Amino acid sequence: MKPKKGRIVIDSRLCKGCYLCVSVCPNECIGISEESNEKGYHPAKVIGTKDANDRACTGCTLCAVICPDIAIEVYRG
Amino acid sequence: MEELVFTRPRYIKKAPFHYCPGCGHSIIHRLVAEVIEELGIGEKTIGVPPAGCAVLAYDYFDVDMGEAPHGRGPALATGIKRILPDRIVFSYQGDGDIAAIGTSETIHTANRGENITVIFVNNNCYGMTGGQMAPTTLLGQNSTTTPGGRDENRDGPPIDLSEMLALVRGTVYIERTAVNSIRNIRNTKKAITKAFKAQIAGLGFSLVEILSPCPTNWKMSSTDSCRWIDESVMQTFPLKVIKDEIG
Amino acid sequence: MDKKLLMRGSQVIGEAAIRAGCRFYAGYPITPQNEIPEFMSGAMADLEGGTFIQAESEIAAINMVIGASMAGARAMTSSSSPGISLKQEGISFLAALELPAVIVNVMRGGPGLGNIAPSQGDYFQATRGGGHGDYRSIVLAPAHGQELADLTRKAFEYADRYRTPVMILADGMMGQMMEPVVFPDPINLDELPPKPWVLDGAQGRPSRIIKSLILDTVEMEEHNWKLDRKYKIISGEIPHAETYMTEDAKLVVVAYGTAARIARGGIKRAREMGLKVGLLRPVTLWPFPDRAIREMSRLVKDFMVFEMNTGQMIDDVRLSLEGRSNVHFYGRPGGIVSTPDEIGKAISSLYYRQHLKED
Repeated sequence: MKPKKGRIVIDSRLCKGCYLCVSVCPNECIGISEESNEKGYHPAKVIGTKDANDRACTGCTLCAVICPDIAIEVYRG
Repeated sequence: MEELVFTRPRYIKKAPFHYCPGCGHSIIHRLVAEVIEELGIGEKTIGVPPAGCAVLAYDYFDVDMGEAPHGRGPALATGIKRILPDRIVFSYQGDGDIAAIGTSETIHTANRGENITVIFVNNNCYGMTGGQMAPTTLLGQNSTTTPGGRDENRDGPPIDLSEMLALVRGTVYIERTAVNSIRNIRNTKKAITKAFKAQIAGLGFSLVEILSPCPTNWKMSSTDSCRWIDESVMQTFPLKVIKDEIG
Repeated sequence: MDKKLLMRGSQVIGEAAIRAGCRFYAGYPITPQNEIPEFMSGAMADLEGGTFIQAESEIAAINMVIGASMAGARAMTSSSSPGISLKQEGISFLAALELPAVIVNVMRGGPGLGNIAPSQGDYFQATRGGGHGDYRSIVLAPAHGQELADLTRKAFEYADRYRTPVMILADGMMGQMMEPVVFPDPINLDELPPKPWVLDGAQGRPSRIIKSLILDTVEMEEHNWKLDRKYKIISGEIPHAETYMTEDAKLVVVAYGTAARIARGGIKRAREMGLKVGLLRPVTLWPFPDRAIREMSRLVKDFMVFEMNTGQMIDDVRLSLEGRSNVHFYGRPGGIVSTPDEIGKAISSLYYRQHLKED
């Protein structure tokens, strides 16, 4: 079966850097930005590259479900 | 064709939350708002925020919101609901609000079987005031007023308010859930849905107690806080349906 | 409706409240006002859309009233002195949230548990706001059965008009006494002005917030000034006092409520002795009828404040007079109800002491 293709958009202004999204992403698609946002947090960011196992965002929504700041929108398709 | 599968629910305003990083309050706000949207009750819901961190819930929920003095949410909600019995009324309360200063209002509102829903956020501390001992602080847990940890002889044990409420005849549905993992968040949403549905059906008092991380006052990272709920908080406050007379 | 009914004071308040459109009552038993919740329990049960709740505490009762008021109802609670102390946090919230509500205080002896006898020991707690923060409550002081009915009606009108809590300050004597009363016709709730601020679900309109937490100091200051502007309007519009035999008076007794009724008896006796004595009876205790008293000071140089306490309203009389006249005091605290004879003697004694007879 072909894996689902997904995409997330992180609103870096809303992110407070709790990184719960990073901890739940099954495919390690989310990392931490080196730059800080206007609140002074290093927001989570999408890591665009696929890893060695060719894993990528499937639009599973886990990151958005656990995000306390509704900073993540998820697209699928 | 790409499809938007997750976004801000209709009844949460487009405002950044003031809560600390990793706080469970805003997850719970979102779940309540999602349930309100899914049940189609956004135009007839009135919320009652507490004193504490979540007092500012009125800045986030895009439904009518009326502030209550500390602990008095259930009494105030009673007044609203009795005047407008066809509206949906929920109070949102922290552990100190519901299980210390407002214990009396909570128990008697439940006992009258007021047809309201209570969202009880248990984070084992007084958050807004800086992490003092709450009625639900665990034995041995450090707080700013329990140096060396909560001591049963000195401070009494944590109180099982939800279990107490289950003994009260007017309650129809009480469940303890958590927002420290994907699975628990999903279960919490199911519980909130069930609680609101009980009210819509006019069955009586429903309450969902939600174990919620407070990384700032626990002095832990967000992920450690979630783990600590699993490893410690649930030992004292196990997740379960405490009472279900809905069927 | 002009039929005269003989009714107990507490029940008069209840009946008048119902006729004023009160549809929500919550209260907790405390003597000497238990007849009010007892009356309301029956009256609300007979009324379409009426709610009576015997609350688990005074605190719960006032907060239920806050909720009912938020939802748009004319709402009332009642209690006696210690119970009113417990309600004060809620009254502060009502003032801050700008919600109408009526609170009846049938005063008893205090402080502490005190006793259940008639007293006026709560003047300060009523007129100074009582709870925390920078606010005032309108305080109405009925002195007889008919006024219990009339002022209860007014209390609901003022509460709605100014969106603020109104206290009816009575005492155990008034609550228990049976007097003939003619009630005003019941109002038609549908004819009341709409309340465009109520929380009834945001159907077809933006959601509303009723809150008092204002963390920004500039905004909080503005909220305080806004309340203050409202209090100034109230102070200009509703102060009310009644006078009795003051036209030629050299000595004026200032008393309210039950004390004023006793004072009338004392004044009658003093008049029989040829003493020129009158009565000024504040009907609104806040706003205090300061102008009425100040104007009287042009002719009257001696005022005798009579209260059933050790001296509370006397502060307001002094402030009203701004040093223009002498202010004397006679009071009996602790639930003692003076007789008209006793007041008559206190009046004549003061009258001669001040050499008013010789002028």
